[in-house]
Amino acid sequence: MSVDLATVKRVAHLARIAVSEEEAQRMMGELNGILGFVEQLGEVDVSGVEPMTSVMPMAMKERDDVVTDGSKADDVVANAPVSDRNFFLVPKVVE
Amino acid sequence: MTIIDVRTPDPKRFIPGATGDWEVIIGMEVHAQVTSNSKLFSGASTAFGNSPNANVSLVDAAMPGMLPVINEECVRQAVRTGLGLKAQINKRSIFDRKNYFYPDLPQGYQISQYKDPIVGEGKIVISLGPDRQGNFEDIEIGIERLHLEQDAGKSMHDQHPTMSYVDLNRSGVALMEIVSKPDMRSSDEAKAYMTKLRSIVRYLGTCDGNMDEGSMRADVNVSVRRPGEAFGTRCEIKNVNSIRFIGQAIEYEARRQIGILEDGGSIDQETRLFDPSRGETRSMRSKEDAHDYRYFPDPDLLPLEFDDAYVEELKTHLPELPDDKKARFVTELGLSVYDASVLVSEKAIADYFEAVAAGRDGKAAANWVINDLLGALNKAGKAIEETPVSPGQLGGIIDLIKDGTISGKIAKDLFEIVWAEGGVPAEIVENRGMKQVTDTGAIEKAVDDIIAANPDQVEKVKAKPTLAGWFVGQVMKATGGKANPQAVQALVKAKLGIEE
Repeated sequence: MSVDLATVKRVAHLARIAVSEEEAQRMMGELNGILGFVEQLGEVDVSGVEPMTSVMPMAMKERDDVVTDGSKADDVVANAPVSDRNFFLVPKVVE
Repeated sequence: MTIIDVRTPDPKRFIPGATGDWEVIIGMEVHAQVTSNSKLFSGASTAFGNSPNANVSLVDAAMPGMLPVINEECVRQAVRTGLGLKAQINKRSIFDRKNYFYPDLPQGYQISQYKDPIVGEGKIVISLGPDRQGNFEDIEIGIERLHLEQDAGKSMHDQHPTMSYVDLNRSGVALMEIVSKPDMRSSDEAKAYMTKLRSIVRYLGTCDGNMDEGSMRADVNVSVRRPGEAFGTRCEIKNVNSIRFIGQAIEYEARRQIGILEDGGSIDQETRLFDPSRGETRSMRSKEDAHDYRYFPDPDLLPLEFDDAYVEELKTHLPELPDDKKARFVTELGLSVYDASVLVSEKAIADYFEAVAAGRDGKAAANWVINDLLGALNKAGKAIEETPVSPGQLGGIIDLIKDGTISGKIAKDLFEIVWAEGGVPAEIVENRGMKQVTDTGAIEKAVDDIIAANPDQVEKVKAKPTLAGWFVGQVMKATGGKANPQAVQALVKAKLGIEE
């Protein structure tokens, strides 16, 4: 599998990363190098092997349903470039 | 995915077009907010209506380095809902990241479940009717899956000329996305499906079903086709937040699509928005912007796993669900299907009815709850939870009729007094002299008086025995409705010499 320039630009757009023509060219090379390496891994027969989700066999930790957090709206919006009465303000988005 | 058409086209649901009949195909994705104290992956509160960003932890605000930890109650609620939908429970499920950008989604992705949801295929039986003959039609609607995911925050666009206001209180609250199969064939079926689903989650206590507050909202997929042909291209109507709007949106959208097809056009697969003020749907996103969510397993979360014992334990504690309750009301209490359907429509109504019916005649209890209580509540614009008449009080009124203390007519007056003023029915009857007169002597005297005062009527009744009813009415009036109607009837007929 390999990617062409259009795919690189599309993926960059989906991730909201601005890339110049030159950068896109370079990334296409890098990505195809990575994909080539992954393809090599694909040669290993892993049929019947479950995908590993953790190095140590462990179950996902769960928490009790209790309110332990929140009530810190000032902290939450502290780094926002613009806020008003603890709302975040962003350039108008209407679909 | 191969979609199997499980329904047989039924002409009574066809929509007539200019060039022949059409059939509408509907599938729904319902987002139901999980009833829990804290969010799916953080310890912030889920309470509705708090001040902006008060229910936000640094996890919900997607601050760097914050890690999600799953709320065990949300998992239980999803499994219980799955059991209520008679669905397959997947003992191993995976959380994935669904990537897109929007200001109310600070992570830049929603944690959801994609290929391995917690709940698989299930079903809901909806009941349409009654028709003119009083019959109900039961239809099975397939459930494709149910998965857990995070809700997004809320944006407001009307507070400022150039800025949108974002509140993340809802961000990270657990949602169950319940996806139906495309098994519905009319707006009535879609409304019945939503009503039934809402009823089930409310019985289970897994979602409060409060559509006004956005606890339940539906994305409705609509397409049309010529009966018997393959499915047409569908449009998705996003975020419809009332059952009535679901019906209106489908009616409009089906008509719109039929219009385009009959004019020789074709349907573009797109996302549309229902505008309740205009009663129409309109295009929301252009095709160029079609989302590519680039799902991948969330590396911050391990697979969600549990065993059979966990599922069995939850199963044992499930409450009786509306279908089972309805069947029991019909078979054990002898109620009509219609009455049983009304009573089980809301858990609170069913609970109320069962409290009234305990140790009493089920049919009498059903009549009073449906005709009198629900009628009065409806008129007053109150919900069952706000009833001024308790099950104990209504039961007391029914007992007084049963033991002959009051007549059915007086009981209606008594109900109004209890509704308006409260109090113990038996005491009210005692204090206000509302007891039924069963003393034959007193009734006899009233009958004699009426007969003596109305010789003309006595003449007429000889020719036309049905006029006896007039005398019964007069006697009831003279006794203030307190005479036992059966006793009056018998006496009137006897005195006038009318054969039974």
